[in-house]
Amino acid sequence: MNVLVCVKRVPLTGGKIVLTEDERAISTRHLGFTISPHEECGAEEAIRLVEAYGGTSTVLTLGPPEAEEQLRDMMAIGVDRAIHLVSDGGEWDPQATAAAIAAAIRAQPASPDLILFGNESADAGNYQVAIRVAHALGLPCVTGVKGLSVEGGAVRCEQEVPGGRDLYEVPMPAVVTVKEGLNLPRYPSVPGRLRAKRKPVEALSPERPDPLLEMVRLVLPPGSGKRAEVLGRGPEAAPAVVGVLRELGLV
Amino acid sequence: MSTLVFIDRADAELSAQALTFARGLGDELHAALMGEAAASAPDDLAAYGVSVAHIAEGVDPYAPAAWAQAIVELVERTAPAAVVGPGTDRGNEVLAHVAARIDQPMAANCVSLTPGDPATLTRVRWGGSLLEEARLHGAPMLVTVAPHAVTAETVAPGSAPATVSASPFTPALSDADLVVQVSERAGALAAGVSLTDAEVVVSGGRGVGSAAGFEVIEELAGLLGGAVGCSRAVTSAGWRPHTDQVGQTGTKISPEIYIACGISGATQHMAGCKGAKKLLAINPDGEASIFASADYAVIGDLHEIVPAISAEIRKARSG
Ligand SMILES: Cc1cc2nc3c(=O)[nH]c(=O)nc-3n(C[C@H](O)[C@H](O)[C@H](O)COP(=O)(O)OP(=O)(O)OC[C@H]3O[C@@H](n4cnc5c(N)ncnc54)[C@H](O)[C@@H]3O)c2cc1C
Ligand SMILES: Nc1ncnc2c1ncn2[C@@H]1O[C@H](COP(=O)(O)O)[C@@H](O)[C@H]1O
Repeated sequence: MNVLVCVKRVPLTGGKIVLTEDERAISTRHLGFTISPHEECGAEEAIRLVEAYGGTSTVLTLGPPEAEEQLRDMMAIGVDRAIHLVSDGGEWDPQATAAAIAAAIRAQPASPDLILFGNESADAGNYQVAIRVAHALGLPCVTGVKGLSVEGGAVRCEQEVPGGRDLYEVPMPAVVTVKEGLNLPRYPSVPGRLRAKRKPVEALSPERPDPLLEMVRLVLPPGSGKRAEVLGRGPEAAPAVVGVLRELGLV
Repeated sequence: MSTLVFIDRADAELSAQALTFARGLGDELHAALMGEAAASAPDDLAAYGVSVAHIAEGVDPYAPAAWAQAIVELVERTAPAAVVGPGTDRGNEVLAHVAARIDQPMAANCVSLTPGDPATLTRVRWGGSLLEEARLHGAPMLVTVAPHAVTAETVAPGSAPATVSASPFTPALSDADLVVQVSERAGALAAGVSLTDAEVVVSGGRGVGSAAGFEVIEELAGLLGGAVGCSRAVTSAGWRPHTDQVGQTGTKISPEIYIACGISGATQHMAGCKGAKKLLAINPDGEASIFASADYAVIGDLHEIVPAISAEIRKARSG
């Protein structure tokens, strides 16, 4: 079976987010880049399904030229090939993103049986690109999946909901969005990294339409304004900690 | 013009917040309710200012595309200025399907919305660690409301509609609308104190050092009747299951106190514990960013400090 997974390059912010001067992006001068943990689980699942049933796994991203790094990362853990929709680095709104992804999938000679997405992107969190792609391709879509198995021509999905789990069984081809916890993604090996360098990347350059959800600027939420009270250093602080717990009625 | 609010019956509180958020956007507030569970709903809706409750029949159990199609019918029939949903899994999912079907932009997890041409809004990014101001060029305005961005409030007594008029309808669905539908509800897998509801969460990060190192964390959590949490560094290493992970892609918690041991305080971790009333951090690195959000700090090695706290609690209880 052919499985395609969509991932988005995002900065790996540490303990504090710093904005660029024009307040339209996160300052990435000292940062590395990554993808959402949800999407990592999607890539791992694609690899496992192809290991089990044969076929080809493909990773797709819409992003700047540098996003090839994330495609190679996923190929290093075992994805077979990549599609890079190379953007100018500007902000693509979710409608435009979905349209570009749907067009690229439609143009593939071998259409995927399963298209995996993260439940939401790490940075924008629009909660909609997958659903729009599914609608454009006329495919069913299950979201927020934490358990997935393939039986015959159908995919069984498990979703965590308050108080239990909802189960779905959907014929393929289908779109599924996944959450972290679906599996434990593997780490790349050194030979895996070397192999990834030789795997094929198909590059396309879609046009960016005017955004209909138009980001104007980013704003840091007000800080907590807290100043931690130091209760002490080392084990000698234990009585002070218990004092705090006593105030809360816990001891 | 009216505003239509999608009610997620699985989350009454966030739905009430969505009603409160939507109240100022149009002249009339309409609610869209789905399926059998809706039959009993209309009464409490008046208190939130709802005058008409549209009840879609024949859409049980949950089928996201069918629920969206029901809302699309209402959009065509009542031409609302805005369609608003709670920022729950289902709220975001149903509104995204509506947006795809009518090919309009949609903004998820908004904290404010000002109608206009275009509408302007503020929404949450990075699980709440960052805000975005944006323009929404579409009609109707399609938005979901970020959880706890507003407090649910009923309308002033006297200004509530006297009655909610219930308007049942059966949406015209195609077979394709029902391909994705819940086929079975199974029990939860996790046992013990749930992270979401725990009054106390004791969490460990990379600083715990190993799966076995969590014994001291479990002991303290047990003594306080709390749950064990962890950071992503811990789940990635395979020391704890993902169900224990606190953060942007883990569980969002709101305990009375969160005790974070050996956790540096990455924004994605903090996105999950902002709801904690008090935060106590234990870390040898006085510069660790977690201290910027903490109420209490203990500087040092968790493997010495956590057992000392447990011992002190036992002493206090036996004395
Ligand atoms: C999109 C996205 C989503 C993410 N979602 C999540 C999420 O849901 N949850 C999450 O946690 N992370 C998440 N992350 C990962 C996050 O960015 C951090 O990598 C992670 O939180 C770091 O975990 P940590 O604090 O345990 O490890 P580190 O950052 O390595 O910190 C370890 C800390 O332990 C301290 N320490 C060392 N030894 C000791 C000792 N003996 N006693 C006490 N302290 C000690 C160190 O001083 C240090 O501060 C996400 C990342 C991305 C990009
Ligand atoms: N620029 C992009 N390139 C590839 N996939 C994307 C992109 N943006 C979003 N996606 C996919 O769509 C999912 C949902 O994104 P969003 O609707 O922004 O929350 C993500 O987890 C990705 O799988």
